[in-house]
Amino acid sequence: MKSLIAILLLMFACHGLMANEAVPLAEDPAVEQRLISISEEMRCLVCQNESLAGSRSDLANDLRAQIRSMIKAGKSDAEIRQYMVDRYGDFVLYRPPVKPTTWLLWLGPFTILLIGIIGLLMYLRQRNTSMDSKMLSDEENRRLDALLNTVETEFKKDARP
Amino acid sequence: MKPRLLAPLILFILLVAFLAIGLNRDPHEVPSPLIGKPAPNFEIGQLADPQKMFSPESMKGKVWMLNVWASWCVACREEHPLLVEFSKTKTLPIIGLDYKDQRADAMTMLSREGNPYTLSAFDGNGRVGIDYGVYGVPETYIIDKTGVIRYKNIGPITPEILKEKIAPLIAELNQL
Repeated sequence: MKSLIAILLLMFACHGLMANEAVPLAEDPAVEQRLISISEEMRCLVCQNESLAGSRSDLANDLRAQIRSMIKAGKSDAEIRQYMVDRYGDFVLYRPPVKPTTWLLWLGPFTILLIGIIGLLMYLRQRNTSMDSKMLSDEENRRLDALLNTVETEFKKDARP
Repeated sequence: MKPRLLAPLILFILLVAFLAIGLNRDPHEVPSPLIGKPAPNFEIGQLADPQKMFSPESMKGKVWMLNVWASWCVACREEHPLLVEFSKTKTLPIIGLDYKDQRADAMTMLSREGNPYTLSAFDGNGRVGIDYGVYGVPETYIIDKTGVIRYKNIGPITPEILKEKIAPLIAELNQL
């Protein structure tokens, strides 16, 4: 029993140790929060499919440290974003600003959607008019009725032998 | 063949063409926003002697090359012999920026493989690198007499790039 208590105590002691170790990471939660919200919107240039927040590359570490020190120096989010764009270009932003060189990027998908909708409408209209032209004349209707009637009577004959 | 049947084929060919262009481009070649802008100023110690400072300010009036390198960088070794050869022509001053390196390692590399640099500035913590938007060492900048960045090459310089792009640009800038 004594040893069990000792083990439990030890476990709690270890738990306390681990909690202590984690402290430096969340040094200033407000700063870290802003760091994450800014760097999540930025591309790591070394490994381009990762955000600056998620990358473990050396440059990403340096840039996060740079952003952190800028936050501590009281710079606004816009100022920090501009700082990065000045050095690495719009490419660093996952959401680049709307300007002539990025019009294709921003408006391209909507343009393609619009072309698709127009194409669809044109196709549907064309199909409707071609259907209209295939309206049967009265004479054809009569023949069709007659044909259907004979089929029906034939069918009834077969059904009760 | 009816035009209606050709349409999907044409669309497919267009798609393939776009993909072919897209796949053949190097995604690491990001256009630098620094081209046409004044080279960011800095003042840091030199590699060979931390007491001696270097600043781009001192290069005003000259066309010069800034080459970002490091002893840990494999691609730098690839371009190193070419730089050594090029430095022998004394076309222009080549300033090295030793990026996030250890002094001893960098000195060993230069003594073993030759030193193409007029001098190297030592950017141990990479702060200057950040100001120049460095993300893939080696990087090479050509800076004109007024201190404006005219050209940037990301990755190792090849003999073709040197002959076809860098050399004509230097000749042109020297005449201004």
